[in-house]
Amino acid sequence: MAGGAVIIILCLVAIFADVLMPLPYTKPNFGRLNEAPTRAYPLGTDQLGRDMLSRMIYGARVSMLVGLLSQVIIVAIGVPIGAVSGYLGGRADLVITRFIDVMYAFPRLLFVILVMSMLGAGLFNIFIAIGLTGWVGIARQTRAQVLTIKQKEYVEGARALGSRAGRLLFRHVLPNALTPIVVAVTFGIPEAIFTEAALSFIGVGINPPIPSWGQMVGEGQQYIRSYWHLCVFPSIAIAVTMLAFTFFGDGVRDALDPKMK
Amino acid sequence: MLHYAMSRLLWLVPTLLAMALVTFLVMHATPGSPLDPVAEGANPLSPESQKALAAYYGLDKPLWQQFAIFVGKAVRGDFGFSFVYKTRTVAEILRETFPISLLLGSMALVLAVAGGLTLGILAAIHQNRGWDYVSVSLATVGVAVPNFVLAVFLIIIFSFMLPLFPTGGWDSPRDWVLPTVTLALAPMGIIARFTRASMLEVIRADFTLTARAKGLAEGPVIFKHALKNALIPVVTLLGPLFAAVGTGSFFVESIFRVPGMGRFFVLSMTGRDYPMIMAVVLTYGVFLAVMNLVVDLAYGALDPRIRY
Repeated sequence: MAGGAVIIILCLVAIFADVLMPLPYTKPNFGRLNEAPTRAYPLGTDQLGRDMLSRMIYGARVSMLVGLLSQVIIVAIGVPIGAVSGYLGGRADLVITRFIDVMYAFPRLLFVILVMSMLGAGLFNIFIAIGLTGWVGIARQTRAQVLTIKQKEYVEGARALGSRAGRLLFRHVLPNALTPIVVAVTFGIPEAIFTEAALSFIGVGINPPIPSWGQMVGEGQQYIRSYWHLCVFPSIAIAVTMLAFTFFGDGVRDALDPKMK
Repeated sequence: MLHYAMSRLLWLVPTLLAMALVTFLVMHATPGSPLDPVAEGANPLSPESQKALAAYYGLDKPLWQQFAIFVGKAVRGDFGFSFVYKTRTVAEILRETFPISLLLGSMALVLAVAGGLTLGILAAIHQNRGWDYVSVSLATVGVAVPNFVLAVFLIIIFSFMLPLFPTGGWDSPRDWVLPTVTLALAPMGIIARFTRASMLEVIRADFTLTARAKGLAEGPVIFKHALKNALIPVVTLLGPLFAAVGTGSFFVESIFRVPGMGRFFVLSMTGRDYPMIMAVVLTYGVFLAVMNLVVDLAYGALDPRIRY
């Protein structure tokens, strides 16, 4: 529940980032570089004298955006592919599962980095990279669900009553396959947030001047000895966010599916 | 068993080829080419020298032929020269950096397995009591929090507040401690969680009850009867763990300035050193695919209930 509360706060910060920021996140103050927290700058200033608090607040928006939107993309690609593969069976299923197996053998993060190196840095490209690589898990899960559900009596009954394949799939099979998909999505959100932070950390994620927590840690850790505040605050933000989503995911899983406990 | 092993081994070939193809296509689709002048905004090379360069690098051949040449060379470990370190071949750099990453990875893996098993067993024996909470929270933090964030916290605590270990470098065993611990925390958490769940299941099983009923002490019950059975599913984790340690090393090595393959990979990302990127991706890919195969086969050998 604590996880849910933190997530709500994060979402509010992300939505109202423009109002909450005390200063624009790009505004430099060259007279006060790398300053430790003071009253004027509650979390200090960065290498260009920009307000850390404002950058952190805008970073929340970036993280949330990546976490949620990437899941929309992943579901939009993964669920139809998995459902069709499981429902049709036969040769189509074989081809799709083989493809999924090959994709699975590729280490996720490595593949995302590879795609980003092709597309170049940028928020939009992060969505593409995560979407292209993330659908595999959901497709697998949907396929497994559809495989078991399509043999249930009520599906048989609907088919006997003359339902077409499309209606059968969307009205009878998919709604019953929803639980594991929802659980996978709740765990997918922190994974996407982590991916963005990791990409930005090594410098192929978000394009500056847009701030991202991962990028702030990546840049700040070079000066950790002299200016601890540059990387500590974004580190705390990432840690809290990831833990909140993990607890939330555990809660959702326990609530939706007692068997998986 | 032999049949299964052979078919898995054969499936490795298309998987690796697909990896090579993806890597190759990505690299081709990436903007920038060796025919462009090195300095930005410099005068373009004359058409003749461009043609000569294209012939030199084999870029004038059709794409499928280029791919065939690339695979042929990659099999022999020849990835050409690095774009950034122009005088050195990628193979040279890999030969130098891979052992360091391997050492770091192995140490982290050993620590993760030892620590994870200990935490998991402790948690299961003391279910819903002190040790359980300690171990579960440690596992959750290890799994959920990215390792570059953990690294920042560890540096603050163990380098600044308590000056025990240096913030980076790779010269003496003292330098090895923080990177190894950071890299080990995530897999340790995974193992601890899994061992705990698996142990809890086994402790409630009938054969454990039998062992207790015949008057065995708690020690032998846990270590001889329960643990042996609880460990089997944990073996399946090793595959994903290799991946976690492999990709995790990018971040740990760059934060702690460890001169390993992961750090070179990150540097080559920012320097757009494509031969280097491809070589590292393929090396990791092959390594992980082979390790997954080994783990699957070992699982079959360890668990007599599994028949292929």
